[in-house]
Amino acid sequence: MNRWSGLGLGISLVWFSLLVLIPLTAVIVTSASGGWAAYWNALTSAQTASALGLTVGTALAVTALNIVVGTAIAWVLVRDDFWGKRALEVVIDIPFALPTIVAGLVLLSLYGPNSPLGLNWANTRVAVFLAFAFVTLPFVVRAVQPVLLELEPEAEEAAASLGAGRFTVWWRIVLPSLTPAITAGAALSFARGLSEYGSLVLLSGNLPYRTEVVSVRILSYIEGDKLIDAAAVASVLLVVALVVIVGLDLVSRRVARHA
Amino acid sequence: MREHRRTGFTHLLRILVIAYLGLLVVWPVALVAISTFSRGVQPVLDTFAQPEVQFAFQLTAVSAFWAVLINTVFGVTISLLLVRARFPGRRLLSALIDLPLSVSPVVVGLALLLVYSNRTGWFGPALERLGLQIVYAPAGIVLATAFVSLPLVVREVVPVLSEIGTDAEQAARSLGAGAVQTFWRITLPGIRWGVVYGVVLSLARSLGEFGAVKVVSGGVALRTQTATLLVEERYQQFGAANTVTAYTAALVLALIAVVALVVVAALRPERRP
Repeated sequence: MNRWSGLGLGISLVWFSLLVLIPLTAVIVTSASGGWAAYWNALTSAQTASALGLTVGTALAVTALNIVVGTAIAWVLVRDDFWGKRALEVVIDIPFALPTIVAGLVLLSLYGPNSPLGLNWANTRVAVFLAFAFVTLPFVVRAVQPVLLELEPEAEEAAASLGAGRFTVWWRIVLPSLTPAITAGAALSFARGLSEYGSLVLLSGNLPYRTEVVSVRILSYIEGDKLIDAAAVASVLLVVALVVIVGLDLVSRRVARHA
Repeated sequence: MREHRRTGFTHLLRILVIAYLGLLVVWPVALVAISTFSRGVQPVLDTFAQPEVQFAFQLTAVSAFWAVLINTVFGVTISLLLVRARFPGRRLLSALIDLPLSVSPVVVGLALLLVYSNRTGWFGPALERLGLQIVYAPAGIVLATAFVSLPLVVREVVPVLSEIGTDAEQAARSLGAGAVQTFWRITLPGIRWGVVYGVVLSLARSLGEFGAVKVVSGGVALRTQTATLLVEERYQQFGAANTVTAYTAALVLALIAVVALVVVAALRPERRP
């Protein structure tokens, strides 16, 4: 550690603290400033509890969908070959790159009041599910794809030549090697679903007890100048985000050790 | 027989995947483009003549520029430290750097509000005395944008930096180059594609940030309304002109995002020979 890296580390840490660490600490400190009873009341008020239930439930359902569909997409991108596969690669990343407010507008055009399919899922819980599915699409795909690409086909061929069926090969040989990657993608997808806001603004109508998610709840606390309640609900999201980050760090280290 | 069944299954899976992506992404995105021009080209062109629209895109561009510049300098510095230096808490810092990616944008906005709001923030009174306003001002937009896109440069540069190793740097140093010269002549050219990739991703993320910016900016037209906030406001207002404005602004943002993706896709093979 020389003079330059010491200086760089110092300035970087000050900036990182001012931008990220101190503000996030402020959320936790503020959430505790009203005392335990106020904290608990904020989380268990009927409207907040309903928003928490909807958000967690939908995020779990979308994560389950992503585990299946995301793995299938990664499989097709790695093992299949057809005209236009490169275009699909770009399509997968569109939900990452598209501004969330635009994502909401995009989904409204096919699933809203003017839908060419005759569907109108705007302002329903289906819309919340759709929005979560859209913004979390890339996570499992992008986690599984590189692992699948590195997987040696020898083990699969050996199993098949010994008489294992397609399903057995997949279940006993391929899936176990993909499990850490699928877990990592699923964790990121769950965390992202839980914290989603922008894509729902135009799409879900933010109806209390019906389609209101946690982020919208926090925003209405902020707009009502109830910063302590807002911080209480935000602290839950923050803890989940921390758990996911630490969990991923541990998983990736374990994988690196085994490799 | 066996081979036959396999191709049948592969085809089925391929069709299901294409159908899923078509229904979830491709068709809806295409419909936005079509809806934008549903009343012809003229209303779309008129949109760009509105001062609110010009202001919103300009504010978005300027805020994104500063956020990306800050994140690039910070990102390269932190990456160098994480890969090359050894100090206590390095692993913790490496994990914490990723935190902004999984924190809800609304929580980001709230966190900045709690610290930098002139009225109620921790640093509020001090900022007040210095005559600085951050929340409900462009500075707050830059902070919120920098927060949400903070890890993107680091995540791209760290793997490249670990891969290129230190041989060339050590050779340069042993031939008498100083630390600064070594960085500009050896290290930076070595990681340039990682940096470019990170910058493009940060830029796309910065131009599109909505939730965090909404909380800290207040979204006042011609003062703190960015392009994404303009889309929300116009879509919720009555009248065909407002709808066209919302769709046009959304389409411009979507096009920038897709161009960023294509640029990144084109750069990728460069990184993995």
